[in-house]
Amino acid sequence: MKKFIVRRLLLGVVILFFVSIIIYSIERSLPTSYVEGKARAMSQKQGAKPYDELVADLNASYGLDKPVLPGYFSWLGKAIRGQFGESWVWHQPVTEKFGSVIWYSFALGLISFLLEIFIAIPLGIISATKQYSRTDYAITVVALVGISLPSFFFATILKWIFSIHLGWFDLYGIVSRMHEQMGSLGQLLDIGKHLVLPAATLTIVSIGSLMRYTRTSMLEVMNADYIRTARAKGLSEKKVIYHHAFRNSLIPIVTILGNSLPNLFAGAMITETLFQIPGIGYTGYQCLVQGDIPFTMFYMVFLAFLTLMGTFIADILYAVVDPRVRVN
Amino acid sequence: MSKELNNEKEHPDNTSLALDDEQRVKVLSPGMLVAKRFLRNKLAVAGLVIIVAMFLFSFLGGVVSPYGESQVFRTTEATWKDYAGASYNDTYRFQAKDGASMPAAAQQRFILAEGKGEESFEAGGIGYSLKKAGEDLYLISAEQPIATVLTLKGKSSYKETGDIPLTDEIKKAYEAAEAADEDTFEADGISYSISQSGRQVSISCSQELALATKKIFNAASEENEEGYDFQRAALEAMEEKADSFTVGEEEFTLEAVEGQDAAEIKKDGEIYATVSTLLVSPQTSASFLSLDFKEKVETAIAENAASFTADNGDGTEITYQLQKKNTQYVIRSQKETTVNATFEAPGRTHLLGTDGNGMDMLTRLMYGGRISLLIGFVVILIEIVIGVLIGGISGYFGGWIDTLMMRLVDVVICIPSMPLYIIIGAVMDYYQVDPRIRIYLLCALLGLLTWPSMARMVRGQILSLREQEFMIATEATGIRISRRIFRHLLPNVIPQLIVMATMGLGDVILTEATLSFLGIGVKFPFASWGNIVNAVNDIYVLTNYWFVWIPAGFLILITVLGFNFIGDGLRDAFDPKMKR
Repeated sequence: MKKFIVRRLLLGVVILFFVSIIIYSIERSLPTSYVEGKARAMSQKQGAKPYDELVADLNASYGLDKPVLPGYFSWLGKAIRGQFGESWVWHQPVTEKFGSVIWYSFALGLISFLLEIFIAIPLGIISATKQYSRTDYAITVVALVGISLPSFFFATILKWIFSIHLGWFDLYGIVSRMHEQMGSLGQLLDIGKHLVLPAATLTIVSIGSLMRYTRTSMLEVMNADYIRTARAKGLSEKKVIYHHAFRNSLIPIVTILGNSLPNLFAGAMITETLFQIPGIGYTGYQCLVQGDIPFTMFYMVFLAFLTLMGTFIADILYAVVDPRVRVN
Repeated sequence: MSKELNNEKEHPDNTSLALDDEQRVKVLSPGMLVAKRFLRNKLAVAGLVIIVAMFLFSFLGGVVSPYGESQVFRTTEATWKDYAGASYNDTYRFQAKDGASMPAAAQQRFILAEGKGEESFEAGGIGYSLKKAGEDLYLISAEQPIATVLTLKGKSSYKETGDIPLTDEIKKAYEAAEAADEDTFEADGISYSISQSGRQVSISCSQELALATKKIFNAASEENEEGYDFQRAALEAMEEKADSFTVGEEEFTLEAVEGQDAAEIKKDGEIYATVSTLLVSPQTSASFLSLDFKEKVETAIAENAASFTADNGDGTEITYQLQKKNTQYVIRSQKETTVNATFEAPGRTHLLGTDGNGMDMLTRLMYGGRISLLIGFVVILIEIVIGVLIGGISGYFGGWIDTLMMRLVDVVICIPSMPLYIIIGAVMDYYQVDPRIRIYLLCALLGLLTWPSMARMVRGQILSLREQEFMIATEATGIRISRRIFRHLLPNVIPQLIVMATMGLGDVILTEATLSFLGIGVKFPFASWGNIVNAVNDIYVLTNYWFVWIPAGFLILITVLGFNFIGDGLRDAFDPKMKR
């Protein structure tokens, strides 16, 4: 097991290395005018250095004056030491900005993750136990509609109904105008209120796949011989389903949940942007659009890291949950 | 589906000979079984119907629709445009005598002198005197030099300096005044003044040059003349509260307007002009405002009305708006202008209304469907080609090739796709890539980033198939490698491939819609369902024009749902374990 983990980790490092090389070379293919525009804006401030000097400074500080490969290694050298530079858009160190916004994304992700589990898994089980019944069809349709819903469209519909027509929630933002005057509990509730629509969007959009997954996994188990044995023993249907079938169907479900665990930190770019929740997704989107190379570089490598972590956790969990799997 | 049926029919059905008739009826080829199972699934059939309908809507609809993809509709709309301005005049207006003019410098000096209550002022080396002739009415005269006089030993020699002839009477009068030591004298009813500088004495006469008044004269018609004489006579008559006055040989009657500092001047019983303090001037110098119009404006201002009706000069009554801006009034009239028919509500000509550019919504949706579906199929094709190639090679050969390929797959999976699309979209924006080429690039990009899951699936399938007996048989019979892969291995992967591709189509359409929604996918003038929904970024559109974004979003949902239904149905149909 230890050997397996070490090997996977080393492999992850290698993959991350190549992914970051690709991301870096794509970032470098951005039109240089971002740096030039930046330098032009900076040079117009009072007491600033002349434009040419600023361009050279900026290029040098991000290794943009070097060819792609040496530039990458100089970025890597700093990145390993945790120095990701200063964000051009936010004018503060990338890691600091990241630290200040990540918790909004995490809160949003956690709420929708929990809702997803509590709604999708029971519905998936019901759907599987009553296969080809009306309930099954209804749940399947709901699940597939969820999968097929474009998140931007669903978010817009929610805004249209609940913000514009009913006026229950604000259209944008994480806090309301009177936020500063509220007590600490009021502030928390205020943030919670602003997370209702985004969380609903994320849950509905992501609920479908977990529901289908649970159904398939449950159906597979229900066809297994030991379920027939359990029924033959005369166990109650309840016991058969929740004691024998459900536990075994959990194996792939736990794996897939483990896979999406790191995604709690990834942020939901579209949803956050539409609701202007200042999480990592919205921040990252703004940086991407404005060509903030230090931040996007960090953001994309971070996303790649999360994906790798996801598969890593899934593999480990698979081995842990199912003892039949031999890790090597 | 039919392709597979043919495929399966090629295999000789050996069992049929041995079976009795009753059983033979039940035996179906595997392809038929799949088709039957598929058709028995209501959801799958619904999905099939949706997708067929979508294809008809997009590809046939675009042909049937009478409008073009980017045909802009125009409409005439009445907009309020400034027509005239009105204000109460509180500055002096000068009316010079015929042939004379009042220089601008003198006008300014006059205003200063008037303010200080002085009786004379100088401008440009000429002396002027002003005489108050009534409230806000001044007569301005200019000193005009006539002659210089040099008196030596009691004998005066005259020298004419101006245009006015120096008559003997003037000389006599001058001498009399000189003797009496007076500054002014009169001759022929004209007053002259004497000024001395050194030994030289100059005689000058003051001549009426202009009048300054705050009253405005409005002529009844463009031909009517309101010269100096007319204005002076009229104003003096008003000052004296007289009923009539004459100018030259023409006689005018004057009627004061009650309650206002204004009057009507009539000639032969018809209104000739009006006098008031309200200045109404047209917005464009070309148009002439009728007296009637000006009167209407005046009464509207007096009544504090927001609008009034007046003749527009052609004999038609139109409504004007009156707006007050500080001390000014603006009169606005409606003007017909041609504008884009934006956000027209659904109706007979435009079944789903028009969008923000004045294009027919339904037609845009049809063309948008074409692009969305085409992009979906092209991307899936790219995905299948790369996925099958890499997955097949990797699965069949194994060893270090497999390891290398799978690491490549890992790397591509790890690249965060959405940020990458946004970056590349921004680069394309910067280089202003042609919208048509953008669509091709978008297809290529989506294809290049989505193949890994396909490759993994193909590899997994081939790995398990490779170990089966029929593959050992192909090896034993010495069939060449390419034939083994393409003839014996890949056809066995096709069911899963079809399922994945169908589901993937939905995903690709979703991704394309999202990118177009963000403004980095398909760009105007090309329509795509995503960039139609993009209009909601304007809150005003979101609030007021549901027909702009709901149909497009609904079509995306329905189409993706259709593909997912079909994919789901196919998976159930292909999978023998799920047999009902």
